[in-house]
Amino acid sequence: MRRLIAAIGMSIVATPLLAADPVQIGIGYLGPDRVQSTLSLVEQPAENNGVAGARLAIEDNNTTGKFLNQHFTLDEVRLKEGEDPVATAVTLAGHDSFIIADLPADELLKVADAVRDRGTVLLNAGAIDDRLREQDCRANIIHVAPTRSMLADALGQYLVWKQWRRWLLVVGSHDNDKLYADALRRAAKRFGAKIVEERTFEDTGGARRTDSGVTLIQRQMPVFTQQAPPYDVLVAADESEVFASYLPYRTWDPRPVAGSAGLVPTSWDAAHDQWGAVQIQSRFMKLNSRRMTALDMQAWTAARIIGEATSRTNTGDPRKVFDFIKGPDFSIAAFKGQRLTLRDWNLQLRQPILLADGRMVVSVSPQEGFLHQVSELDTLGVDRPETKCNLH
Amino acid sequence: MWRYQLFGIAIWLTAASPASAFIAYVSNEKDNTVSVIDTDSWTVTKTIKVGQRPRGIEFTRDGKFVMVAVGDDDTIQVIDARTQQIVDTLPSGPDPELFTQDAAGKTLYVANENDNTVTVIDLEKRTRVGNIQVGVEPEGMAVSPDGKTMINTSETTNMAHFIDTATREVVANVLVDSRPRFAEFKRDGSELWVSSEIGGTVSIIDPAKHVVTGKVTFSIPGLRSEAIQPVGIGMTRDGKTAFVALGPANRIAVVDGTSHTVTKYLLVGQRVWHMAFTPDEKYLLTTNGVSNDVSVIDVAAQKVIKTIQVGELPWGITIAP
Repeated sequence: MRRLIAAIGMSIVATPLLAADPVQIGIGYLGPDRVQSTLSLVEQPAENNGVAGARLAIEDNNTTGKFLNQHFTLDEVRLKEGEDPVATAVTLAGHDSFIIADLPADELLKVADAVRDRGTVLLNAGAIDDRLREQDCRANIIHVAPTRSMLADALGQYLVWKQWRRWLLVVGSHDNDKLYADALRRAAKRFGAKIVEERTFEDTGGARRTDSGVTLIQRQMPVFTQQAPPYDVLVAADESEVFASYLPYRTWDPRPVAGSAGLVPTSWDAAHDQWGAVQIQSRFMKLNSRRMTALDMQAWTAARIIGEATSRTNTGDPRKVFDFIKGPDFSIAAFKGQRLTLRDWNLQLRQPILLADGRMVVSVSPQEGFLHQVSELDTLGVDRPETKCNLH
Repeated sequence: MWRYQLFGIAIWLTAASPASAFIAYVSNEKDNTVSVIDTDSWTVTKTIKVGQRPRGIEFTRDGKFVMVAVGDDDTIQVIDARTQQIVDTLPSGPDPELFTQDAAGKTLYVANENDNTVTVIDLEKRTRVGNIQVGVEPEGMAVSPDGKTMINTSETTNMAHFIDTATREVVANVLVDSRPRFAEFKRDGSELWVSSEIGGTVSIIDPAKHVVTGKVTFSIPGLRSEAIQPVGIGMTRDGKTAFVALGPANRIAVVDGTSHTVTKYLLVGQRVWHMAFTPDEKYLLTTNGVSNDVSVIDVAAQKVIKTIQVGELPWGITIAP
């Protein structure tokens, strides 16, 4: 009944002549001004990776906002290397109650703590660290990016469904590579895969792209992967972009590659065409003249979360909007075939994860058969009974 | 002379269709064809090659032509129902998905999904006469029984827009649950039903007051609620019974038109989206996108009696009036 009354209250008549000025809603975007270099030329991110998605969402929000007398603007700040994110964030927080952030974990925490007292809410569009949702969780961060554990679980479920249970795990030598490997090990244990052997690929430096390096790589990769115990799939943990892209079709044994190359778990892919996705893919292409990446989609979803909440509450009041986002009635549609909701214990957005090979979406996790008493999306990542987060 | 008369009567007898034969046209989104189904034999009698990505499909009011929106070709193709050949195209605007006509069959309103607009077409002159700015990803289209209001639903804006057909101005916007796909008026104009695919509900809207007065909710034991995704709606002329396609729940919900509660679920094929009644309302045919077939429901018995294989990813269906 309450919902019925609320629903009635939410219908509005918009007349062509509006006496009142539109309610202005400013959303900040805080990200780096540079992108990580990738081994693959076609995967090299655009300079506006991430913010381009937020820009499209602002347009979408404004199309809706026309009917609700609401107007959205995006305040973009791109941090130079070494620039202090906290000072910039505090300035942004002066006029934006919501800031979409693409920052590394430690910087994100510093920023969240610096703006907490003024009630500013951050939307984490970039950082996939589990600790931000566990021991380092914050009440003023909504996590739109998936976690490493969600990505690893999505891959693990598919590999187990496929009965490719024996994994050769190859880990890079940097910290983030090791974190990814931790998540993959957890997924293997959780879903019944066996890591038959682990190998480390040392980053010995050197130029990423050389003119005739491919002949050397063709020799190195088979040698590096030889004499492994019998395995079904090589799972590579290489967030640092040092070796994984060199592995497909070069392994000693003819085996598929997954993880950081080959079959890759991701929140979005330009090849995704299910559940109405073609519409947003073409809107994005029209606005930005390039294909949409996972970071773009994470930023789009972040800005749309605010737009969805302001249209349901019919207000620009940030307190009311944030309360609605955290409430039981909030959900967002994001072209993944089901409504996305927030985990109430750590404000992580539940979401299906795509498994893509660079040309096609091969599958979408959670896989059929992995059951859950509350939501099958909670079979991905760290679940409520396991969480270290306590926001109260 | 009498020989010719007998011959003429014989010709007339063979040409006259049996009373129960109706023809259904099904758009197959993936293989770019339209399947033609004969309701006597319940078989596909012809497969017509059309343009790219056929979705919205509807007979003209006079029953002479079938219009099919071919979104990737940015046009609506017109099929002559007698010859079953494509004879014309309409200036639909880019990426047409669903469309609706007024009762007289003179004006066509087309949702242009990529452009956030509705294109208005004069069907007699076959020309575009205007367009209306609506919300993000317009799809659902309906014209009120009194012809005064046209409804468009926008999937990402989550609204049903009420548009005055005379002025072509948006006069009201009603917020509904996530991802509205389809709009259908009761014949007496007393209610507008709008399905919300991701929200999982059907909103009942008072078309005069522009408020949501109730919601149809669905619950299927053993099936997670996220899989219940209402799309197409079909209503009997007397407004007493409605049928709602529930997408990946693979079922049609039978809904009491007065109490707005579900009385039965009918298992059909996979990812059921749209439906059409035979003109005598004896049968309801549904399009099951993922299983590539059409289910036939006996409306009085509320039972699924047949399944007919069609093309790939069947989307919409229209039956000769």
